[in-house]
Amino acid sequence: MIEIRWHGRGGQGAKTAALLLADAAFETGLYVQGFPEYGPERMGAPITAYNRLDDAPIRVHSNIYEPDMVVVVDETLIGAVDVRGGLKPAGRIVVNSSRAAARVSEEFAGFEGEIYAVDAADISIRCLGKNLPNTPLLSVVARLSGIIGEQEFFKVMEGAFLEKFAAKPEVVEGNMNALREAWNGAVLVNGDRDE
Amino acid sequence: MSKEIKTNKMQGICEQSGWRELTEGGFVYGEGNSAFFNTGDWRTKAPAWRPENCKQCLLCYPVCPDSSIPVENSKRQDFDMFHCKGCGICAKVCPFGAIAMETAGKEGGRE
Amino acid sequence: MSKKNRMSGNEAVANAIRQIDPDVIAAFPITPSTEIPQYISKFKADGLISTEFVTVESEHSAMSACIGASASGVRAMTATSSAGMALMYELLYVAASDRLPIVMAAVNRTLSGPININTEHSDSMGARDSGWIQIYSENAQEAYDNMLMAHRIAEHPDVMLPVMICQDGFITSHAIENILLEDDEAAAAFAGGYDPPHHLLDPESSVAVGPYSVSPYVMEMKVAQANAMIRARKVILDVAADFEKTFGRGYGLFEEYRMEGAELALLIMSSAAGTAKVAVDRLREKGVKAGLVKLRVFRPFPAAELAAALKGVRALAVMDRSEGFSANGGPLGAEVRMALYGKADGIKTINIVFGLGGRDARVEDFEALYGELAGLAGKPAADIPYFKHMGQRE
Repeated sequence: MIEIRWHGRGGQGAKTAALLLADAAFETGLYVQGFPEYGPERMGAPITAYNRLDDAPIRVHSNIYEPDMVVVVDETLIGAVDVRGGLKPAGRIVVNSSRAAARVSEEFAGFEGEIYAVDAADISIRCLGKNLPNTPLLSVVARLSGIIGEQEFFKVMEGAFLEKFAAKPEVVEGNMNALREAWNGAVLVNGDRDE
Repeated sequence: MSKEIKTNKMQGICEQSGWRELTEGGFVYGEGNSAFFNTGDWRTKAPAWRPENCKQCLLCYPVCPDSSIPVENSKRQDFDMFHCKGCGICAKVCPFGAIAMETAGKEGGRE
Repeated sequence: MSKKNRMSGNEAVANAIRQIDPDVIAAFPITPSTEIPQYISKFKADGLISTEFVTVESEHSAMSACIGASASGVRAMTATSSAGMALMYELLYVAASDRLPIVMAAVNRTLSGPININTEHSDSMGARDSGWIQIYSENAQEAYDNMLMAHRIAEHPDVMLPVMICQDGFITSHAIENILLEDDEAAAAFAGGYDPPHHLLDPESSVAVGPYSVSPYVMEMKVAQANAMIRARKVILDVAADFEKTFGRGYGLFEEYRMEGAELALLIMSSAAGTAKVAVDRLREKGVKAGLVKLRVFRPFPAAELAAALKGVRALAVMDRSEGFSANGGPLGAEVRMALYGKADGIKTINIVFGLGGRDARVEDFEALYGELAGLAGKPAADIPYFKHMGQRE
């Protein structure tokens, strides 16, 4: 089972990203869970969302305490929230950051797993015209999780976007571009790239 | 359950009925079933009709709160004592002394 | 043909309702059940259902509208949670006493106070004596399946009682999970139609509903209602058997999970049962004789069946996701002890009140609880407290 924990702020789309990742994983035949930290969502307040992905039915209905991957949608949360809490030693961190690799790496000193940084805000602004970092991050997480191939992922997401944005189809292309650009857009900041 | 039209009266439901005999949810079937309810035993005084004084002016008929004065061919008949509660309004409005309230009031009750 | 899909518990229930296409839905939004009437409104706007959707100004009105609709001979439904259900209380009793087969999608949420939106069973447990059949769901699939079965149970001539299908707020109502959805035609055919022999709008047969009952009738009315609840047990099983034959997924009054030879057992409801099952699996791998009973049907309460299923267990924890403030634990604990007393004596039993206000319960928490149960099994019953709380800060 792969367990992923998303850290973001209300309004940044961490929950939506978790639900879309569940969609993508479902299309590959996996059993999935995608759920937010249960509570009132307030714009700007720290929120958590979760994914469980497995090839067997998932029975557990608790939050995730020892994730395989942590996604930091908003790097200002580092320090304010224990984003690394319980992360498996061989786990992965994905951070939305525009800072130099060394600076991102410093934030997680002592962590032995892989740390990836992607400038999701930049990709989002260029592709969508506004800062919605969840779409690029979703692409990075989908690739790193290894559950789905590049072309299949784009195909599934296009379908999901057409449904989700049925009332404003003009934003689908921008979102797709953001996904495409981000698929290989993350940089391993604490070592050699694993591929 | 059948589609047959039934009334509680037809089913014989009364205060002595066992729980299996009650209708589901206490539904009351059939219209106008207050006709089955004996309010005549609420009386302490009973009206007595004196046809010899009655001019058939029919002032009594519309004021009866319990529709206990039957009218046939524009003429009032004797009281429906199964439903008359003995309120005495009819006696009060009668200009001809054709209705008298008597205290030994339970007689005359009929279905 | 079942189709694989993925959706939240609320969406799953809304889809069951779409397939059933009830005549009337009257609902007022309240978290976490709000999405259900929201989906229904969309289905209605998209022309997917013929339902009359009645927007009301309160839950009291919602249930009143359901009562009126149901008495007029049509299928009536609602959805609610927490304070919304509390505002319905007066009418919940009326619906049951009038023997109106209304179906409610209940999404369990803490009943204030303190005010909170997360899951707890205090809302539906408060309504446990209202005369409604109560069926609890572990996940989105069960919520969907239970909803497809609800009308056939409620409307069965031996029953004629309202049914609430419960699931845990947020934990299943808002989580995307895998689900098998049945074809619209097959689901609709299973749910069937409703054609009551008598109703308010039948010009051929007048009827008065909900009359005042003088004392000589009340005792008999309630005995008749209680007997309908007793008969519901068999109807629930019959409908489940037909459901299994039709769709392949089986349900009972409760589910026995790895109870063969179990010495330590939990009795638990809804989403936390899934988490506890993972703990059972881990313990069984280590050779611990752990088992679990997941109660599906709380009303009617399957007392004799539970006593038979639990006989032979050495220690039992009854898990209440609501605090009864009886100073002795929660309602499930009290009722399970009632079921066992004199029928399956000698089980070392403790009632655990847990998960209040959505407090998370982890696999590890349940593993530790089984460890405690192993200790209780060897203790004299007099030394075991009636209940304790689990998961709170001290």
